[in-house]
Amino acid sequence: MEKFAIDNMNLYYGKFHALKNVNLHMEQNKITAFIGPSGCGKSTLLKSLNRMNDLVEGCKITGEIKLDGEDIYGNMDVNILRKRVGMVFQKANPFPMSVYDNIAFGPRTHGIKNKKELDRIVEESLRDAAIWDELKDRLKKSALGLSGGQQQRLCIARALAIKPEVLLMDEATSALDPISTGKIEELCLKLKDNYTIIMVTHNMQQALRISDNTAFFLLGEMVEYNSTDAIFSAPQDKRTEEYITGRFG
Amino acid sequence: MADKSIKTDMNDEKEIRAINKVSFKQRMISYKRKPLSLLMLIIVAAAAAISAAALIFIMVYVLIRGIPNLTPDLFALNYNSDNVSCMPSIINTVVLTLFTLIIAVPFGVGAAIYLAEYAKKGNRLVKIIRTMAETLAGIPSIVYGLFGMLFFVYALNWGYSLLAGAFTLAIMVLPTIMRTTEEALITVPDSYREGSYGLGAGKLRTIIRIILPSAMPGILAGVILAVGRIVGETAALIYTYGSATGYAANPLSSGRSLAVHMYVLTNEGLHTNQAWGTAVVLLVLVFGINTLSAFIAKKLGNKKG
Ligand SMILES: Nc1ncnc2c1ncn2[C@@H]1O[C@H](COP(=O)(O)OP(=O)(O)OP(=O)(O)O)[C@@H](O)[C@H]1O
Ligand SMILES: [Mg+2]
Repeated sequence: MEKFAIDNMNLYYGKFHALKNVNLHMEQNKITAFIGPSGCGKSTLLKSLNRMNDLVEGCKITGEIKLDGEDIYGNMDVNILRKRVGMVFQKANPFPMSVYDNIAFGPRTHGIKNKKELDRIVEESLRDAAIWDELKDRLKKSALGLSGGQQQRLCIARALAIKPEVLLMDEATSALDPISTGKIEELCLKLKDNYTIIMVTHNMQQALRISDNTAFFLLGEMVEYNSTDAIFSAPQDKRTEEYITGRFG
Repeated sequence: MADKSIKTDMNDEKEIRAINKVSFKQRMISYKRKPLSLLMLIIVAAAAAISAAALIFIMVYVLIRGIPNLTPDLFALNYNSDNVSCMPSIINTVVLTLFTLIIAVPFGVGAAIYLAEYAKKGNRLVKIIRTMAETLAGIPSIVYGLFGMLFFVYALNWGYSLLAGAFTLAIMVLPTIMRTTEEALITVPDSYREGSYGLGAGKLRTIIRIILPSAMPGILAGVILAVGRIVGETAALIYTYGSATGYAANPLSSGRSLAVHMYVLTNEGLHTNQAWGTAVVLLVLVFGINTLSAFIAKKLGNKKG
C-alpha cells in the first residue's frame, strides 16, 4: 500500500532551488530512510510532508504530494495533516514546561481532557520512547533540565503521544548513546506494524539495520531510490556507490 | 578500589578538596600577568559600587526623613488640611494603576502579538509602527498631559477625572508595553513554534499555550516599567486626573495620586514633613505592586499546556 506519493516536486527557498523534480512513492508500514550529504535537502523534503515549510517565508513548492491519495496542499486541514503526520525535529525542542505537560500537549490539543486517559498516554509514550524508567519520578520537573539525549527521546515520546499514522524522524538518534539508539531502533521496528516511518539518517549502519527502502539525495536531487538491500549491495548510480562506500559526503 | 571510589562519591562536601577552586593567590598571579584585566575589574567594580551607593543613599535618606513622620494622622480615613492624610491618594493611585493597565495591557500586548506573530517580517507598516512607538516612548509626559486635557477633559467633556487620567497614562505607557512585549515574543525560539505546530496545534493555541508563557517574564518587565511610570507620574495627571483631595468614587470624579499629592504638599511648603512620610508610602507601594506583578506572572507562566 502506498502512503505518500511525491510527484514532480520542486522546492525553492526564495531564488534557491533546494529540491529538484523529486518523484518518490513511499509505502505504508515500512521504514523509508533518506540519506545524503549535509545540505542536500533531506530535512527540507521531510518538512514538506507535514507542511512545516509553510512557516518559512519565501518557500515555494510546485508539484504534488499526496497522503493516502489526498493532496496535502489541497483542501486538507493543515492541523489534521500534522496530527496524522507527526515529526521529531533534528534539534531536540522540548517546551519550557514539565515533562508531563510536554507529552500531554499534543493529546490536549486534540481534545483529550480526561486525567486518567492523559496519564495513560504519557506513560505509554514515555515507555515507547525508552525513557519511562529515567523520568517516571520527574514528570513534574521542567523538561529543560534534561540531558540532550533525554530531551530528544522526550520529543519522540511527544510525537508518539498524538498517535500519528506517519512518523517523520529527522536524525532523531544522532544525539543518543548506542543503548538509547538501539532502543529507538527497536521501537521503530515495532511501530512499523501500525505506523509508517520516514527517517533521515547520517548513519549508514542504521539505515541498513532498520530501513526497508532508502532514498539517496545529492544537491537537491533524488539520485536513487530502491529497497535498502539493493541500494547497499548493488547501487545503480555511481554517486550512490561513492557515497555509501564513504568516498565523499 | 571500586568500593573506595563509591565511597568518595558519597562524601559530603566538606571533605572534597576541589582542585578547580581558584585561590586568591592564583588569581593575583593571573592578574599580574594581565594587568589590563585587573584594571577592568577595578573599573567595573567601582561603577557597581557607585551606582549602588547612589541608590542606597536615596533610599536611606527618604526612609530617615520619612519614617518619623509616619503618624496615624497620615493614614486617617479622610483628608483634611490638618492631618493631610494620604489614605485617599493611596487608594486613588492603586485604582488609577489598575484602570490604566486594564486599558493599556490588552492593546499593548495585542499589538505586539500582531507585530511579532502575524505581520510578515520586513513589512513596511510594522517598521513604521515600531519607529512611532520608539518616538512616543521618549516624549515628555507633560505633552501627554496637554493632549489628555484637550481631548479627554475638554473635547470629550469628561472633566478632570479618573477616566481622563487613566486613558492619558494608558496612551503614555502603551509604547513601553508594546516594545517590551514584542522584544519578549521575538526572543522565544522558533523551535518552540515548530514543535507546537508540528503536533497539530493551531496558531491561537501555540500563542496562548507556548509563546505567551515563555515570553511572560519579558512582558511582565514591561508592565513593571509601566507601573513605575504610572505611580511616579505627576505632570500628565495634574491636567487630567486633577488634584481633588477625596476618593475618586466613580470613573468621572477627580482625585489625586500619591505622587501628585506629594507634589502639591511640597509645592505648598506647609507640610514638608508629611511629604517625606508620603514618599516612604510611595516607595512601599511601588515595591508592593512589583512584588504582586512578579507573583502573578509566575502563576501565569507555570500554567500547564
Ligand atoms: N529556511 C531556509 N531558508 C533558506 N535556505 C534554506 C532554509 N532551510 C534550508 N535551506 C537550504 O536548503 C538546503 C537544504 O537544507 P536541508 O536542511 O534540507 O539539508 P539537510 O539535507 O537536512 O542537511 P543536514 O544533513 O545537514 O541536516 C541547504 O542548502 C540549506 O542551506
Ligand atoms: Mg537536516
